[in-house]
Amino acid sequence: MIMTSGLSKTFPNGAEAVRGVDLTVEEGEIVALLGPNGAGKTTIMRMLTTLLRPTAGTATVAGCDLLADPRGVRGRIGYVSQGGGIGPAEPVGEELELHALLYGMRPAQARERVAETLERFGLTHLAGLPGGALSGGQRRRFDLAFGLVHGPSLLFLDEPTTGLDPQSRADLWDHLRRLRRERGLTVLLTTHYLDEADALADRLVVVDHGAVIAEGTPAEVKGDAATLDEAFLALTGRSLREAA
Amino acid sequence: MKGMKGMKDVSGMSGVVRETWLVFRHATRAALRQKAGLVFGALQPLLYLVLFGPLFTAVGTWEVLVPGLLAQLGLFSAGLAGFGIVFDVRSGALERLRVTPAHRAALLLGRVLGSSLTLLLQSAALVAVGYAFGLRAPLPGVLAGLVLMALLGVGLAALSNAIALTMNPDLFAPVMSTVVVPLTLLSGAFLPMSMAPAWLDALSRATPFRYAVEAVRDLFAGRYLTPTVGVGVAVTVVLAAVCAVAGTRVFNRVNA
Repeated sequence: MIMTSGLSKTFPNGAEAVRGVDLTVEEGEIVALLGPNGAGKTTIMRMLTTLLRPTAGTATVAGCDLLADPRGVRGRIGYVSQGGGIGPAEPVGEELELHALLYGMRPAQARERVAETLERFGLTHLAGLPGGALSGGQRRRFDLAFGLVHGPSLLFLDEPTTGLDPQSRADLWDHLRRLRRERGLTVLLTTHYLDEADALADRLVVVDHGAVIAEGTPAEVKGDAATLDEAFLALTGRSLREAA
Repeated sequence: MKGMKGMKDVSGMSGVVRETWLVFRHATRAALRQKAGLVFGALQPLLYLVLFGPLFTAVGTWEVLVPGLLAQLGLFSAGLAGFGIVFDVRSGALERLRVTPAHRAALLLGRVLGSSLTLLLQSAALVAVGYAFGLRAPLPGVLAGLVLMALLGVGLAALSNAIALTMNPDLFAPVMSTVVVPLTLLSGAFLPMSMAPAWLDALSRATPFRYAVEAVRDLFAGRYLTPTVGVGVAVTVVLAAVCAVAGTRVFNRVNA
Protein backbone atom coordinates (compact mmCIF):
# COMPACT_ATOMS: atom_id res chain seq x y z
CA MET A 1 0.00 0.00 0.00
CA ILE A 2 2.95 2.27 0.76
CA MET A 3 6.47 1.73 -0.42
CA THR A 4 9.16 4.36 -0.14
CA SER A 5 12.78 4.26 -1.08
CA GLY A 6 15.32 6.77 0.18
CA LEU A 7 12.60 9.31 0.92
CA SER A 8 14.25 12.54 2.06
CA LYS A 9 13.40 16.11 2.77
CA THR A 10 15.89 18.89 3.18
CA PHE A 11 14.29 22.26 3.81
CA PRO A 12 15.62 25.38 2.07
CA ASN A 13 17.26 26.45 5.33
CA GLY A 14 19.39 23.31 5.19
CA ALA A 15 17.56 21.36 7.88
CA GLU A 16 17.49 17.65 7.01
CA ALA A 17 14.08 16.74 8.37
CA VAL A 18 13.91 13.28 6.79
CA ARG A 19 16.94 11.28 5.73
CA GLY A 20 16.56 8.33 3.38
CA VAL A 21 13.52 6.60 4.78
CA ASP A 22 12.59 3.18 3.38
CA LEU A 23 9.13 2.27 4.50
CA THR A 24 6.71 -0.49 3.54
CA VAL A 25 3.13 -0.74 4.67
CA GLU A 26 1.05 -3.72 3.58
CA GLU A 27 -2.63 -3.63 2.79
CA GLY A 28 -4.81 -3.85 5.90
CA GLU A 29 -1.97 -3.04 8.30
CA ILE A 30 -2.02 -0.46 11.05
CA VAL A 31 1.49 0.93 11.31
CA ALA A 32 2.61 3.53 13.82
CA LEU A 33 5.46 5.95 13.24
CA LEU A 34 6.82 6.44 16.71
CA GLY A 35 9.23 9.10 17.77
CA PRO A 36 9.67 12.31 19.71
CA ASN A 37 8.46 15.67 18.41
CA GLY A 38 10.80 16.91 15.73
CA ALA A 39 11.83 13.39 14.71
CA GLY A 40 10.44 13.90 11.20
CA LYS A 41 7.16 12.01 11.57
CA THR A 42 4.95 14.82 10.34
CA THR A 43 7.31 15.61 7.46
CA ILE A 44 7.10 11.98 6.33
CA MET A 45 3.31 12.13 6.51
CA ARG A 46 3.16 15.40 4.60
CA MET A 47 5.36 14.01 1.85
CA LEU A 48 3.32 10.81 1.53
CA THR A 49 0.09 12.82 1.34
CA THR A 50 1.46 15.08 -1.47
CA LEU A 51 1.53 18.22 0.69
CA LEU A 52 5.29 18.46 0.65
CA ARG A 53 7.57 17.52 -2.20
CA PRO A 54 10.44 15.18 -1.27
CA THR A 55 13.90 16.43 -2.13
CA ALA A 56 15.10 12.88 -2.85
CA GLY A 57 13.76 9.36 -3.04
CA THR A 58 10.71 7.73 -4.55
CA ALA A 59 7.42 6.41 -3.23
CA THR A 60 4.36 4.54 -4.36
CA VAL A 61 1.25 5.33 -2.38
CA ALA A 62 -2.04 3.45 -2.88
CA GLY A 63 -0.84 2.22 -6.26
CA CYS A 64 0.18 5.63 -7.63
CA ASP A 65 3.60 7.15 -8.05
CA LEU A 66 3.89 9.97 -5.53
CA LEU A 67 5.90 12.29 -7.76
CA ALA A 68 4.38 11.53 -11.16
CA ASP A 69 0.74 11.28 -10.14
CA PRO A 70 0.06 13.24 -6.96
CA ARG A 71 -3.62 13.69 -7.87
CA GLY A 72 -3.97 9.95 -8.25
CA VAL A 73 -2.61 9.59 -4.73
CA ARG A 74 -4.94 12.28 -3.38
CA GLY A 75 -7.99 10.58 -4.81
CA ARG A 76 -7.17 7.33 -3.02
CA ILE A 77 -6.03 8.40 0.43
CA GLY A 78 -7.47 10.15 3.44
CA TYR A 79 -5.39 12.42 5.66
CA VAL A 80 -6.11 13.79 9.09
CA SER A 81 -3.53 16.35 10.12
CA GLN A 82 -2.35 17.03 13.64
CA GLY A 83 -4.58 20.03 14.17
CA GLY A 84 -7.41 18.79 11.99
CA GLY A 85 -8.96 21.26 9.60
CA ILE A 86 -12.18 22.52 11.05
CA GLY A 87 -12.74 26.26 10.92
CA PRO A 88 -14.78 27.91 13.66
CA ALA A 89 -17.62 29.39 11.62
CA GLU A 90 -18.93 26.96 9.02
CA PRO A 91 -21.47 24.21 9.70
CA VAL A 92 -19.33 21.09 9.65
CA GLY A 93 -21.84 18.98 7.72
CA GLU A 94 -21.77 21.45 4.84
CA GLU A 95 -17.97 21.36 4.76
CA LEU A 96 -18.10 17.59 4.71
CA GLU A 97 -20.41 17.63 1.73
CA LEU A 98 -18.11 19.99 -0.17
CA HIS A 99 -15.31 17.56 0.57
CA ALA A 100 -17.24 14.62 -0.83
CA LEU A 101 -18.12 16.61 -3.96
CA LEU A 102 -14.50 17.59 -4.52
CA TYR A 103 -13.66 13.90 -4.62
CA GLY A 104 -15.84 13.71 -7.70
CA MET A 105 -19.05 12.34 -6.23
CA ARG A 106 -22.42 13.22 -7.68
CA PRO A 107 -24.57 15.36 -5.35
CA ALA A 108 -26.94 12.53 -4.37
CA GLN A 109 -24.05 10.16 -3.79
CA ALA A 110 -22.22 12.79 -1.74
CA ARG A 111 -25.23 13.39 0.49
CA GLU A 112 -25.63 9.67 1.02
CA ARG A 113 -21.95 9.22 1.87
CA VAL A 114 -21.98 12.19 4.24
CA ALA A 115 -25.05 10.80 6.04
CA GLU A 116 -23.45 7.37 6.33
CA THR A 117 -20.17 8.77 7.60
CA LEU A 118 -21.86 11.03 10.16
CA GLU A 119 -23.90 8.07 11.34
CA ARG A 120 -20.82 5.87 11.72
CA PHE A 121 -19.12 8.38 13.99
CA GLY A 122 -22.28 9.33 15.88
CA LEU A 123 -22.15 12.89 14.57
CA THR A 124 -25.46 13.19 12.75
CA HIS A 125 -26.99 15.47 15.38
CA LEU A 126 -23.95 17.77 15.31
CA ALA A 127 -23.68 18.31 11.55
CA GLY A 128 -25.46 21.67 11.62
CA LEU A 129 -23.14 23.18 14.23
CA PRO A 130 -20.24 25.47 13.43
CA GLY A 131 -16.81 23.99 14.18
CA GLY A 132 -16.31 26.36 17.09
CA ALA A 133 -19.21 24.79 19.00
CA LEU A 134 -17.70 21.28 19.09
CA SER A 135 -15.76 19.63 21.91
CA GLY A 136 -12.25 18.28 21.33
CA GLY A 137 -13.43 14.69 20.98
CA GLN A 138 -16.24 15.68 18.62
CA ARG A 139 -13.85 17.69 16.46
CA ARG A 140 -11.50 14.75 16.22
CA ARG A 141 -14.32 12.46 15.12
CA PHE A 142 -15.27 15.04 12.48
CA ASP A 143 -11.62 15.13 11.40
CA LEU A 144 -11.82 11.38 10.90
CA ALA A 145 -15.06 11.82 8.96
CA PHE A 146 -13.27 14.25 6.61
CA GLY A 147 -10.52 11.72 6.10
CA LEU A 148 -12.92 8.88 5.35
CA VAL A 149 -15.97 10.38 3.65
CA HIS A 150 -14.76 9.38 0.18
CA GLY A 151 -14.03 5.80 1.23
CA PRO A 152 -10.24 5.72 0.82
CA SER A 153 -8.38 2.45 1.24
CA LEU A 154 -5.48 4.15 3.04
CA LEU A 155 -5.71 6.60 5.91
CA PHE A 156 -2.96 8.83 7.30
CA LEU A 157 -3.42 10.04 10.87
CA ASP A 158 -1.02 12.55 12.34
CA GLU A 159 -1.14 12.33 16.14
CA PRO A 160 -4.81 11.42 16.18
CA THR A 161 -5.36 11.49 19.92
CA THR A 162 -3.06 14.24 21.18
CA GLY A 163 -5.00 16.38 23.62
CA LEU A 164 -7.96 14.02 23.90
CA ASP A 165 -9.32 12.71 27.19
CA PRO A 166 -8.90 8.96 27.85
CA GLN A 167 -12.51 8.15 26.93
CA SER A 168 -12.25 9.93 23.56
CA ARG A 169 -8.94 8.21 22.86
CA ALA A 170 -10.33 4.76 23.53
CA ASP A 171 -13.36 5.65 21.43
CA LEU A 172 -11.18 6.69 18.49
CA TRP A 173 -9.07 3.53 18.74
CA ASP A 174 -12.28 1.48 18.59
CA HIS A 175 -13.37 3.29 15.45
CA LEU A 176 -10.06 2.56 13.77
CA ARG A 177 -10.06 -1.11 14.72
CA ARG A 178 -13.60 -1.46 13.47
CA LEU A 179 -12.76 0.24 10.14
CA ARG A 180 -9.87 -2.11 9.62
CA ARG A 181 -11.97 -5.13 10.49
CA GLU A 182 -14.94 -4.16 8.35
CA ARG A 183 -13.26 -2.54 5.38
CA GLY A 184 -9.68 -3.68 5.46
CA LEU A 185 -8.59 -0.06 5.89
CA THR A 186 -4.83 0.47 5.94
CA VAL A 187 -3.65 3.06 8.48
CA LEU A 188 -0.35 4.85 8.91
CA LEU A 189 -0.40 6.95 12.05
CA THR A 190 2.12 8.94 14.01
CA THR A 191 2.17 9.09 17.74
CA HIS A 192 4.43 9.78 20.64
CA TYR A 193 2.17 7.87 22.99
CA LEU A 194 3.64 4.46 23.65
CA ASP A 195 0.38 2.98 24.89
CA GLU A 196 -1.29 4.08 21.67
CA ALA A 197 1.33 2.42 19.52
CA ASP A 198 1.21 -0.68 21.70
CA ALA A 199 -2.57 -0.94 21.69
CA LEU A 200 -3.31 -0.10 18.09
CA ALA A 201 -0.44 -0.88 15.77
CA ASP A 202 0.51 -4.19 14.15
CA ARG A 203 3.91 -2.79 13.50
CA LEU A 204 6.02 0.10 14.76
CA VAL A 205 8.50 2.17 12.86
CA VAL A 206 10.69 4.11 15.27
CA VAL A 207 11.96 7.38 13.87
CA ASP A 208 14.53 9.72 15.30
CA HIS A 209 16.45 12.60 13.71
CA GLY A 210 14.73 11.96 10.39
CA ALA A 211 15.78 8.32 10.05
CA VAL A 212 14.27 4.93 10.88
CA ILE A 213 16.15 3.48 13.84
CA ALA A 214 14.07 0.37 14.49
CA GLU A 215 11.01 -1.41 13.24
CA GLY A 216 8.91 -4.46 13.96
CA THR A 217 5.94 -5.58 16.02
CA PRO A 218 5.57 -3.85 19.38
CA ALA A 219 7.00 -7.02 20.99
CA GLU A 220 10.00 -7.06 18.65
CA VAL A 221 10.76 -3.41 19.20
CA LYS A 222 10.50 -3.90 22.94
CA GLY A 223 12.88 -6.85 22.79
CA ASP A 224 14.27 -7.49 26.26
CA ALA A 225 13.13 -4.14 27.56
CA ALA A 226 10.16 -4.18 29.89
CA THR A 227 8.39 -1.28 28.19
CA LEU A 228 8.52 0.54 24.88
CA ASP A 229 9.82 3.56 26.71
CA GLU A 230 12.81 1.59 27.96
CA ALA A 231 13.36 0.20 24.48
CA PHE A 232 13.30 3.72 23.12
CA LEU A 233 15.74 4.82 25.77
CA ALA A 234 18.08 2.01 24.76
CA LEU A 235 17.77 2.92 21.07
CA THR A 236 18.25 6.64 21.31
CA GLY A 237 19.79 7.29 24.67
CA ARG A 238 16.87 9.42 25.68
CA SER A 239 13.37 8.93 26.91
CA LEU A 240 10.50 9.29 24.49
CA ARG A 241 8.51 11.08 27.15
CA GLU A 242 11.28 13.54 27.87
CA ALA A 243 11.90 14.13 24.19
CA ALA A 244 8.22 14.61 23.52
CA MET B 1 -0.36 14.81 -15.16
CA LYS B 2 -2.17 11.52 -15.52
CA GLY B 3 -5.92 11.28 -15.25
CA MET B 4 -7.62 9.60 -12.37
CA LYS B 5 -8.37 5.98 -12.88
CA GLY B 6 -10.86 5.24 -10.14
CA MET B 7 -12.92 8.39 -10.33
CA LYS B 8 -14.75 10.16 -13.07
CA ASP B 9 -15.30 13.83 -13.41
CA VAL B 10 -12.31 15.23 -11.61
CA SER B 11 -9.70 15.54 -14.32
CA GLY B 12 -9.48 17.84 -17.29
CA MET B 13 -11.02 21.21 -17.92
CA SER B 14 -14.55 20.26 -16.96
CA GLY B 15 -13.09 19.19 -13.62
CA VAL B 16 -11.58 22.62 -12.98
CA VAL B 17 -14.84 24.37 -13.84
CA ARG B 18 -16.91 22.03 -11.68
CA GLU B 19 -14.54 22.33 -8.73
CA THR B 20 -14.36 26.11 -9.08
CA TRP B 21 -18.15 26.20 -9.02
CA LEU B 22 -18.28 24.00 -5.90
CA VAL B 23 -15.75 26.13 -4.03
CA PHE B 24 -17.46 29.32 -5.23
CA ARG B 25 -20.85 28.13 -4.06
CA HIS B 26 -19.44 27.16 -0.70
CA ALA B 27 -17.59 30.48 -0.27
CA THR B 28 -20.70 32.42 -1.26
CA ARG B 29 -22.88 30.59 1.25
CA ALA B 30 -20.34 31.35 3.93
CA ALA B 31 -20.14 35.03 2.93
CA LEU B 32 -23.92 35.43 2.89
CA ARG B 33 -24.11 33.91 6.35
CA GLN B 34 -21.76 36.63 7.60
CA LYS B 35 -24.23 39.45 7.03
CA ALA B 36 -22.35 41.74 9.38
CA GLY B 37 -19.20 41.26 7.31
CA LEU B 38 -21.06 42.11 4.11
CA VAL B 39 -22.40 45.32 5.62
CA PHE B 40 -19.17 46.39 7.29
CA GLY B 41 -17.19 45.80 4.11
CA ALA B 42 -19.39 48.31 2.32
CA LEU B 43 -19.82 50.73 5.20
CA GLN B 44 -16.92 53.06 4.48
CA PRO B 45 -17.93 53.99 0.90
CA LEU B 46 -21.53 54.17 2.06
CA LEU B 47 -20.57 56.72 4.71
CA TYR B 48 -18.74 58.73 2.06
CA LEU B 49 -21.87 58.62 -0.08
CA VAL B 50 -24.10 59.82 2.72
CA LEU B 51 -21.82 62.26 4.56
CA PHE B 52 -19.56 63.48 1.74
CA GLY B 53 -21.83 63.08 -1.31
CA PRO B 54 -24.11 66.04 -0.54
CA LEU B 55 -21.03 68.26 -0.22
CA PHE B 56 -19.44 66.91 -3.39
CA THR B 57 -22.57 67.43 -5.44
CA ALA B 58 -22.47 71.11 -4.60
CA VAL B 59 -19.66 71.25 -7.18
CA GLY B 60 -19.92 67.89 -9.01
CA THR B 61 -22.51 65.27 -9.80
CA TRP B 62 -23.54 61.94 -8.30
CA GLU B 63 -22.62 60.32 -11.62
CA VAL B 64 -19.00 61.35 -11.00
CA LEU B 65 -18.89 60.51 -7.31
CA VAL B 66 -20.56 57.09 -7.24
CA PRO B 67 -18.09 55.43 -9.67
CA GLY B 68 -15.28 56.69 -7.44
CA LEU B 69 -16.93 55.22 -4.37
CA LEU B 70 -17.37 51.94 -6.25
CA ALA B 71 -13.61 51.88 -6.79
CA GLN B 72 -13.04 52.62 -3.12
CA LEU B 73 -15.38 49.77 -2.24
CA GLY B 74 -13.60 47.42 -4.67
CA LEU B 75 -10.21 48.25 -3.24
CA PHE B 76 -11.34 47.68 0.32
CA SER B 77 -13.63 44.71 -0.19
CA ALA B 78 -11.62 42.70 -2.73
CA GLY B 79 -8.26 44.09 -1.64
CA LEU B 80 -8.75 42.63 1.82
CA ALA B 81 -10.32 39.41 0.54
CA GLY B 82 -7.13 37.52 1.35
CA PHE B 83 -7.89 37.95 5.01
CA GLY B 84 -10.17 34.91 4.83
CA ILE B 85 -7.41 32.63 3.63
CA VAL B 86 -5.27 33.55 6.64
CA PHE B 87 -7.92 31.98 8.86
CA ASP B 88 -8.21 28.91 6.66
CA VAL B 89 -4.46 28.38 6.74
CA ARG B 90 -4.49 28.64 10.52
CA SER B 91 -7.44 26.34 11.07
CA GLY B 92 -6.00 23.78 8.64
CA ALA B 93 -9.11 24.00 6.45
CA LEU B 94 -7.04 24.95 3.40
CA GLU B 95 -4.69 22.02 3.88
CA ARG B 96 -7.67 19.71 4.27
CA LEU B 97 -8.91 20.84 0.85
CA ARG B 98 -5.44 20.48 -0.64
CA VAL B 99 -5.44 16.77 0.13
CA THR B 100 -8.50 16.30 -2.09
CA PRO B 101 -7.85 15.77 -5.80
CA ALA B 102 -9.36 19.21 -6.59
CA HIS B 103 -7.22 21.40 -8.84
CA ARG B 104 -5.23 24.07 -7.00
CA ALA B 105 -6.50 26.71 -9.40
CA ALA B 106 -10.09 25.80 -8.52
CA LEU B 107 -9.46 26.20 -4.79
CA LEU B 108 -8.23 29.75 -5.43
CA LEU B 109 -10.59 30.79 -8.23
CA GLY B 110 -13.74 29.58 -6.46
CA ARG B 111 -12.77 31.70 -3.48
CA VAL B 112 -11.87 34.72 -5.61
CA LEU B 113 -15.12 34.56 -7.58
CA GLY B 114 -16.96 34.38 -4.26
CA SER B 115 -15.23 37.59 -3.13
CA SER B 116 -16.12 39.17 -6.45
CA LEU B 117 -19.79 38.27 -6.05
CA THR B 118 -19.74 39.78 -2.58
CA LEU B 119 -18.29 42.94 -4.11
CA LEU B 120 -20.99 42.95 -6.78
CA LEU B 121 -23.75 42.77 -4.17
CA GLN B 122 -22.15 45.53 -2.11
CA SER B 123 -21.70 47.66 -5.22
CA ALA B 124 -25.32 47.20 -6.25
CA ALA B 125 -26.40 48.29 -2.78
CA LEU B 126 -24.16 51.35 -3.00
CA VAL B 127 -25.64 52.30 -6.37
CA ALA B 128 -29.16 51.81 -5.01
CA VAL B 129 -28.47 54.17 -2.12
CA GLY B 130 -26.92 56.53 -4.65
CA TYR B 131 -30.20 56.53 -6.57
CA ALA B 132 -32.04 57.46 -3.41
CA PHE B 133 -29.76 60.50 -3.07
CA GLY B 134 -30.12 61.66 -6.65
CA LEU B 135 -27.90 59.53 -8.88
CA ARG B 136 -29.50 59.38 -12.33
CA ALA B 137 -27.33 57.03 -14.38
CA PRO B 138 -28.87 54.92 -17.19
CA LEU B 139 -29.39 51.25 -16.33
CA PRO B 140 -27.17 49.81 -19.11
CA GLY B 141 -24.34 52.10 -18.00
CA VAL B 142 -24.78 51.07 -14.37
CA LEU B 143 -24.82 47.37 -15.25
CA ALA B 144 -21.74 47.69 -17.44
CA GLY B 145 -20.01 49.63 -14.67
CA LEU B 146 -20.85 46.96 -12.10
CA VAL B 147 -19.51 44.21 -14.37
CA LEU B 148 -16.28 46.12 -14.82
CA MET B 149 -15.96 46.57 -11.06
CA ALA B 150 -16.68 42.88 -10.45
CA LEU B 151 -13.91 42.02 -12.89
CA LEU B 152 -11.55 44.37 -11.09
CA GLY B 153 -12.63 42.56 -7.93
CA VAL B 154 -11.51 39.20 -9.39
CA GLY B 155 -8.02 40.54 -10.01
CA LEU B 156 -7.74 42.30 -6.67
CA ALA B 157 -9.02 39.35 -4.69
CA ALA B 158 -6.61 36.96 -6.43
CA LEU B 159 -3.73 39.31 -5.69
CA SER B 160 -4.89 39.77 -2.13
CA ASN B 161 -4.99 36.01 -1.56
CA ALA B 162 -1.52 35.62 -3.01
CA ILE B 163 -0.17 38.39 -0.77
CA ALA B 164 -1.91 36.89 2.26
CA LEU B 165 -0.22 33.54 1.59
CA THR B 166 3.24 35.02 1.29
CA MET B 167 3.40 37.69 3.96
CA ASN B 168 3.36 37.50 7.74
CA PRO B 169 -0.31 36.90 8.52
CA ASP B 170 -0.27 39.29 11.46
CA LEU B 171 0.81 42.12 9.19
CA PHE B 172 -1.64 41.41 6.39
CA ALA B 173 -4.63 43.42 7.64
CA PRO B 174 -2.75 46.54 8.80
CA VAL B 175 -0.51 46.64 5.71
CA MET B 176 -3.26 46.05 3.19
CA SER B 177 -5.73 48.47 4.75
CA THR B 178 -2.97 51.10 4.58
CA VAL B 179 -1.99 50.27 0.99
CA VAL B 180 -5.53 50.63 -0.34
CA VAL B 181 -5.80 54.22 0.90
CA PRO B 182 -3.21 55.77 -1.48
CA LEU B 183 -4.47 53.51 -4.27
CA THR B 184 -8.00 54.82 -3.70
CA LEU B 185 -6.84 58.45 -3.60
CA LEU B 186 -4.71 58.02 -6.72
CA SER B 187 -7.61 56.48 -8.63
CA GLY B 188 -9.33 59.84 -8.42
CA ALA B 189 -12.17 58.26 -6.54
CA PHE B 190 -13.10 61.38 -4.58
CA LEU B 191 -12.23 64.12 -7.07
CA PRO B 192 -11.40 63.66 -10.76
CA MET B 193 -7.68 63.65 -11.44
CA SER B 194 -8.18 66.23 -14.18
CA MET B 195 -8.12 68.73 -11.32
CA ALA B 196 -4.77 67.50 -10.03
CA PRO B 197 -1.37 69.18 -10.45
CA ALA B 198 0.81 67.55 -13.11
CA TRP B 199 2.93 65.38 -10.77
CA LEU B 200 -0.12 63.94 -9.01
CA ASP B 201 -1.83 63.37 -12.33
CA ALA B 202 1.25 61.49 -13.60
CA LEU B 203 1.44 59.39 -10.44
CA SER B 204 -2.22 58.56 -10.78
CA ARG B 205 -1.72 57.41 -14.36
CA ALA B 206 0.76 54.86 -13.07
CA THR B 207 -1.97 53.12 -11.06
CA PRO B 208 -4.46 50.91 -12.89
CA PHE B 209 -7.54 51.88 -10.93
CA ARG B 210 -7.77 55.39 -12.37
CA TYR B 211 -8.61 53.98 -15.78
CA ALA B 212 -11.39 51.83 -14.40
CA VAL B 213 -12.86 54.76 -12.46
CA GLU B 214 -12.83 57.02 -15.53
CA ALA B 215 -14.41 54.31 -17.67
CA VAL B 216 -17.20 53.79 -15.14
CA ARG B 217 -17.79 57.56 -14.99
CA ASP B 218 -18.31 57.56 -18.75
CA LEU B 219 -20.62 54.56 -18.49
CA PHE B 220 -22.64 56.23 -15.74
CA ALA B 221 -22.93 59.32 -17.93
CA GLY B 222 -24.40 57.19 -20.71
CA ARG B 223 -21.28 57.42 -22.92
CA TYR B 224 -20.55 53.82 -23.85
CA LEU B 225 -18.23 53.81 -26.84
CA THR B 226 -15.57 56.30 -25.80
CA PRO B 227 -11.80 55.80 -25.86
CA THR B 228 -11.87 56.20 -22.05
CA VAL B 229 -14.22 53.23 -21.75
CA GLY B 230 -12.04 51.21 -24.14
CA VAL B 231 -8.88 51.95 -22.15
CA GLY B 232 -10.64 51.29 -18.84
CA VAL B 233 -11.97 47.93 -20.02
CA ALA B 234 -8.61 46.93 -21.50
CA VAL B 235 -6.65 47.88 -18.36
CA THR B 236 -9.14 46.10 -16.12
CA VAL B 237 -9.17 42.91 -18.20
CA VAL B 238 -5.37 42.79 -18.34
CA LEU B 239 -5.09 43.55 -14.62
CA ALA B 240 -7.61 40.84 -13.73
CA ALA B 241 -5.90 38.29 -15.97
CA VAL B 242 -2.39 39.10 -14.72
CA CYS B 243 -3.47 39.05 -11.08
CA ALA B 244 -5.40 35.79 -11.51
CA VAL B 245 -2.41 34.08 -13.15
CA ALA B 246 0.05 35.50 -10.61
CA GLY B 247 -2.27 34.54 -7.77
CA THR B 248 -2.62 30.99 -9.03
CA ARG B 249 1.13 30.65 -9.43
CA VAL B 250 1.81 31.83 -5.90
CA PHE B 251 -0.96 29.60 -4.62
CA ASN B 252 0.53 26.59 -6.44
CA ARG B 253 4.02 27.36 -5.27
CA VAL B 254 3.14 27.90 -1.64
CA ASN B 255 1.09 24.73 -1.73
CA ALA B 256 3.72 22.72 -3.64
